Amino acid sequence: MSAAPMPGARQRRGLAVGFQVATYLSLILVLGPAAWLLLGVIGRAVPHFSWSVLYTDTKGTSGGLENAILGTLVLMLGTFIVAGSVGVLAGIHLAELSRPRRNGKPSGGLLRTASDVLSGFPSIVLGYVGYVALVVGLKWGFSLLPAIIILSIMVVPYIAKTTETAIRQVPTNYREGAEALGMSTGYGLRKVILKTAFPGIVTGLLIAVAIAGGETAPLIYTAGFTDANPSFSLIHHQIGYLTYPVFNFYNQPGNQAHYLAYDSALLLIVLVLILIVGAHFIVARTQRHAESRF
Amino acid sequence: VTIASGAPGRAPARVEDLPDPLFKRIGEVLRNQEESAWRIGARIASLLPLAALGFAITVLAIKAWPAIRVNGIGFLTRSTWNAGSGYGATVHTDGVAHPMGSSYGAWPLIAGTLQTSAIAVIIAVPISIGAAFALTERLPRFISRPLGFAIEVLAGIPSVIFGIWGLLTLGPFLADHVYPTIANNMPDVPILSYFRGPSGEGEGLLTAGIVLALMIVPIIASTTRDLFMAVPPLPKEGGEALGMTDFEVANKITVPWVRSGIIGATVLGLGRALGETVAVALIAGSILGHTAQNIFSPMTTIAATILTQLDGAQTDGTGFAVATLAELALILAVISVAVNLLARLIIKRSGRLGAPVGRA
Repeated sequence: MSAAPMPGARQRRGLAVGFQVATYLSLILVLGPAAWLLLGVIGRAVPHFSWSVLYTDTKGTSGGLENAILGTLVLMLGTFIVAGSVGVLAGIHLAELSRPRRNGKPSGGLLRTASDVLSGFPSIVLGYVGYVALVVGLKWGFSLLPAIIILSIMVVPYIAKTTETAIRQVPTNYREGAEALGMSTGYGLRKVILKTAFPGIVTGLLIAVAIAGGETAPLIYTAGFTDANPSFSLIHHQIGYLTYPVFNFYNQPGNQAHYLAYDSALLLIVLVLILIVGAHFIVARTQRHAESRF
Repeated sequence: VTIASGAPGRAPARVEDLPDPLFKRIGEVLRNQEESAWRIGARIASLLPLAALGFAITVLAIKAWPAIRVNGIGFLTRSTWNAGSGYGATVHTDGVAHPMGSSYGAWPLIAGTLQTSAIAVIIAVPISIGAAFALTERLPRFISRPLGFAIEVLAGIPSVIFGIWGLLTLGPFLADHVYPTIANNMPDVPILSYFRGPSGEGEGLLTAGIVLALMIVPIIASTTRDLFMAVPPLPKEGGEALGMTDFEVANKITVPWVRSGIIGATVLGLGRALGETVAVALIAGSILGHTAQNIFSPMTTIAATILTQLDGAQTDGTGFAVATLAELALILAVISVAVNLLARLIIKRSGRLGAPVGRA
């Protein structure tokens, strides 16, 4: 097969054993530090955790985290609405509605490339653009709307991608069935294709919202931070979020500040875990259903 | 697959059930227009990422233009970072106002960005592939499934948590127990001598690279795992039947089969490492003005600098410091777009050339 002389049997066996050891070692290197990280953060947060942080507002670098928790939830909800609608529609376009080109290549090449490039775009750069164009340029100030817009721009490519994948997994028979029943394209899309792809789409949305909620850098540039609970004004009012205390309170004087930093880290982990585990739960359940359907 | 549109006016739901002629009419119109509504909405939405990208680049370019003109091409090679005197005179260069004595250079930041990302990828790719192998080819399903799920969850852990853990736990641990050993025992030959010298306190290039590696491992490992699971069993069994060892099957069949996918995942991770901000800002030590002397010394990256220097830049009354940050952001954007496009090119190429024996 190759011109190079074959290595001897002993050498080959040695390589095989070394490879086996190396794979297990890498698995340990992947999971070990991660476990250390999670246990370390939880271990620092839990001994000093008191439930009152959930319903007390931050005061300087002490107090609680109610404002930050509510702020993060509001930001997630806003991103869910804005990025969700745009991303799902974009995914529908890429998967279903854009016409294939004459030469048989898949359509939407430029749009897909733009989406891919945007998904790899550094979040701090988007945050800076939000600061220059929205916070300062449009004089919105640090507030909810620029933060939601920037977070949405960040996660739209991800949602579009997961939506496209989910729609492409809908069996072709379903489309043919819809057509055979005389459904119009729009009605068939809504009642058959989107309905079938719904779990996959929701999974993508949940993970996207979890990513948005864990962001720090773009929020510092667009949302500011405040000790007050979020109001429903979209502009001119700063808003709190959970990543801010982690980033800023760890080196502030006073134990209270350190406890808050670790409490918010713990809450972030819990929030992200709930969203991601929830997303996977949906996938697992629907996969079982999908198998029984055929 | 595009669905051919059905006959107009033959809406399947029962329009006649609607209570009122007006509603009936509205319902009919909605039914008939539904397809075009979907088409228009989806068309607009799919254009938004492109528009956002164009908008971001345009804003950065306009904002950075004064800085580009004054800093010149030397911005890429200079190492100085001097905001000038805030109380001194404002001078004009090429008609752009900036404080007296201000001089900016991005070389240490560009180098720092590339160094940390390179370290992250060098560490992350082999252990991700190894871990994916252990999960797909070795461990029984009831162990590998939860472990694989754990890796996917890790991808969602916010970067600021990695940052604070790297700063308070991992960095000091490495500086106390690992770095001195490395620094004292490395031979003084080119390249390896970069590992010699003062081993620092844990805030620096190597710690940042290691934490970035941990952050991108879940991305690469979980994608590689999915890829390995999709490799058909027949070629692998054929290899084993020919007497290949596990390593040879992995090296000659499984990895080549999914090479372009692994490259794609690596680039995804590289993109995240290049743009990672808070974690690096916390761990790297934020030293401006010169490149890292050795692999342990404090440094900073473009992304971290944009984050940490904004407060200071706003005190520059001429706005020149903010313009310089915009130029930095533009450089980072160009790097990330270039990496992404290059990766697409590589995937296209290796998708053609790397077709292993046996693939239809």
